[in-house]
Amino acid sequence: MSKLYSGAEIVFKCMEDQNVDHIFGYPGGAVLPIYDELQNFKSIKHVLVRHEQGAGHAAEGYARSSGKPGVILVTSGPGATNVVTALTDAYMDSIPLVCISGQVPTHLIGTDAFQECDTTGITRPCTKHNWLVKDINDLAETIHKAFEVATTGRPGPVLVDIPKDIQFQKTKYKKPKKENKLNGKSHNHFNQNTIDQLIDLMSKSSKPIFYTGGGVINSGPKASELLRELVYATGFPITSTLQGLGSFPGDDNQFLGMLGMHGTYEANNAMHDCDLMINIGARFDDRITGKIDEFSPNSKKVHIDIDPSSINKNVKVDLAIVGDVKTVLSSTLKSLKQKKSKFLKSNKQKTSKWWEKIQKWRSVRSLDYIGSEETIKPQYAIERLYELTKDKDSYITTEVGQHQMWAAQHYKFNKPNRWMTSGGLGTMGYGLPAAVGVQVAHPKKLVIDIAGEASVLMTIQEMSTAVQYNLPIKIFILNNQYMGMVRQWQELLHDKNYSESYTAALPDFVKLAEAYNCVGIRAKTPEELDDKIIEMLNTDRPVIFDCMVDKVENCFPMIPSGKPHNQMILGPKDQENQKITGKGKSLV
Amino acid sequence: MPNSKSAYSFSNKKEKFDTHIIVVWVDNEAGVLARVVGLFSGRGYNIESLAVAQVDEKLKISRITIVTTGTPQVVNQIKLQLRKLVPVHKVADFKREDKAVIFKEMALFKIVGPNIKLEGALKACKKYNPVLLDKTKKSNVIQITALRREIDKMSKDLKKFGLVSVSRTGAVAMTRGADIFK
Repeated sequence: MSKLYSGAEIVFKCMEDQNVDHIFGYPGGAVLPIYDELQNFKSIKHVLVRHEQGAGHAAEGYARSSGKPGVILVTSGPGATNVVTALTDAYMDSIPLVCISGQVPTHLIGTDAFQECDTTGITRPCTKHNWLVKDINDLAETIHKAFEVATTGRPGPVLVDIPKDIQFQKTKYKKPKKENKLNGKSHNHFNQNTIDQLIDLMSKSSKPIFYTGGGVINSGPKASELLRELVYATGFPITSTLQGLGSFPGDDNQFLGMLGMHGTYEANNAMHDCDLMINIGARFDDRITGKIDEFSPNSKKVHIDIDPSSINKNVKVDLAIVGDVKTVLSSTLKSLKQKKSKFLKSNKQKTSKWWEKIQKWRSVRSLDYIGSEETIKPQYAIERLYELTKDKDSYITTEVGQHQMWAAQHYKFNKPNRWMTSGGLGTMGYGLPAAVGVQVAHPKKLVIDIAGEASVLMTIQEMSTAVQYNLPIKIFILNNQYMGMVRQWQELLHDKNYSESYTAALPDFVKLAEAYNCVGIRAKTPEELDDKIIEMLNTDRPVIFDCMVDKVENCFPMIPSGKPHNQMILGPKDQENQKITGKGKSLV
Repeated sequence: MPNSKSAYSFSNKKEKFDTHIIVVWVDNEAGVLARVVGLFSGRGYNIESLAVAQVDEKLKISRITIVTTGTPQVVNQIKLQLRKLVPVHKVADFKREDKAVIFKEMALFKIVGPNIKLEGALKACKKYNPVLLDKTKKSNVIQITALRREIDKMSKDLKKFGLVSVSRTGAVAMTRGADIFK
């Protein structure tokens, strides 16, 4: 007779078979049997966070930087509700997470027991799928299935809710089944004919553009390689969404920079004026499209996406290719080589006028800002951080707000999986715990959270986690004492009524660092900035870097709300001419 | 302020709403109806009527029939989003005016009144396969099967015969002929 295992043991047996090496969690009454077993499974390391939201974001950081699913373990009730923000964040940005939550014993479910909540009910809209395991015999199968759902197709979070009595009960352990077919839902639904159509469109186009997104990153490092190959083979310009940064080298001449609300002038204008748009793994998000009725009015649109429901959701496209980016790109390259081996040569002539136009937009230098010798301009701080770290293969996380956009604009990424930011949900407080997760996955690498002082305070308690596990993360705070993006919108849209966007009683971040037993560094002038950054980089411990920046700097360029791509505000001067009025106000 | 259906972008295009009957085959497991209905409410889709029951005891498959309205783009999204749900096996989409599909709803009417009115009510239902399920001296319970708008009409028309209570199902659908939906 084969051995019987308790539910708690089965949880870890499953994790072993799923090659889990780290879990992020926080114990509590309803998961104590699982925590009791932890010591018997040496290959699985537990990272104790300080708040369950931190566990979720850390698991996200871990997943995005490593390509493996992030695993979370939390207790019932508040443990589960605290993780909801992170699950929703992962759902929006398609990050694979497996969350195991404890639940009150089966016989108490529905009685409003202590620390009971309807976890599967609450998390149903923010997970790909979730399960309440009511029978010990279903447990192993369910957990294996959870890993499969989280990691296949368009990735996302899943949750398995395990009542405490199930954790104690015993049964045989079932290994994961090797399945080729994924619940009958295969992910590639294109054929050679569609690829041929794509190549035909490409060879006819004189004003093409690639518009790439997080799907390229999610498809794995190979997809980024293929993307580079395709972009070089075609000579087309390429722009990327916030989530796609790094899939194509940020310092390459064919790269137009990020597009969208705070994207570059050249990227947005090229999107507006192109005659062929090839969307690879992006989803026509509203921060990208601007006014949808006037979005890229004269282009043929091709959409490559693994999720059929992304096609024609926001923007109607002319050619849809449903499949994994990697597979689609490899088929496209193969056909291109076979049919149009001299594509680049024949195409150069055709797109030369287009490139001239793009150079003209480029010469506007939309990311420029007015420098200062007295105060540190936030853009300058990012530029210096980039220059001093670009040779280090660093991993960057961010919080949400102006600093996030400046980081996206001024920090150049050359590799996938190096940029972790909350895009879809826009979760302030994401970056610090995400950095913890990234550092866990890459102990020897440089991990920096480019933060704002308001965002970072939302999850600052995770510094304690970083210190406990000797994770030398660097929290680089652009401190302007305002919720900068809120302040910017209030300036532009609400007649400078800075309602509640100033934080009057900020902590002293250097002393705060010391209180957490890590290192605090402060930079006040542009002159001392480089030295201080170098000091931070030479510190092999967690650092909170308080970079005191210009308090009222705005993030430009910007597509004002309610406007299409070709009507951007460029900077302080241009802004006088283009006031956002009436209807636009309610759009942001 | 312009109307703010979405806080983010306005579309001035007014597209026509069509009525569609969506049939979903799902695993009959805990919470599956909540997943389907939650998808509709969460994404702002309409549900006009809903009928659900297990249809295969062995495989534990339930068949959910949802009548919905939306622009072609929305109806397409409904189908694609439904197909993404893990317990969903297949999704069929029929237009109300589709001749190759049978749509039926059932209604129960309770009529209270003198005999002459009871008889009048039964007569009025004649076209819709009336079945007299219960009869007392003062009351009748009549079952009819018909289309939605026919039942709507009967619910109005029977008032003069002493209609006191209406109970009706959502629509169910089935293709005509030997073929089944795959």
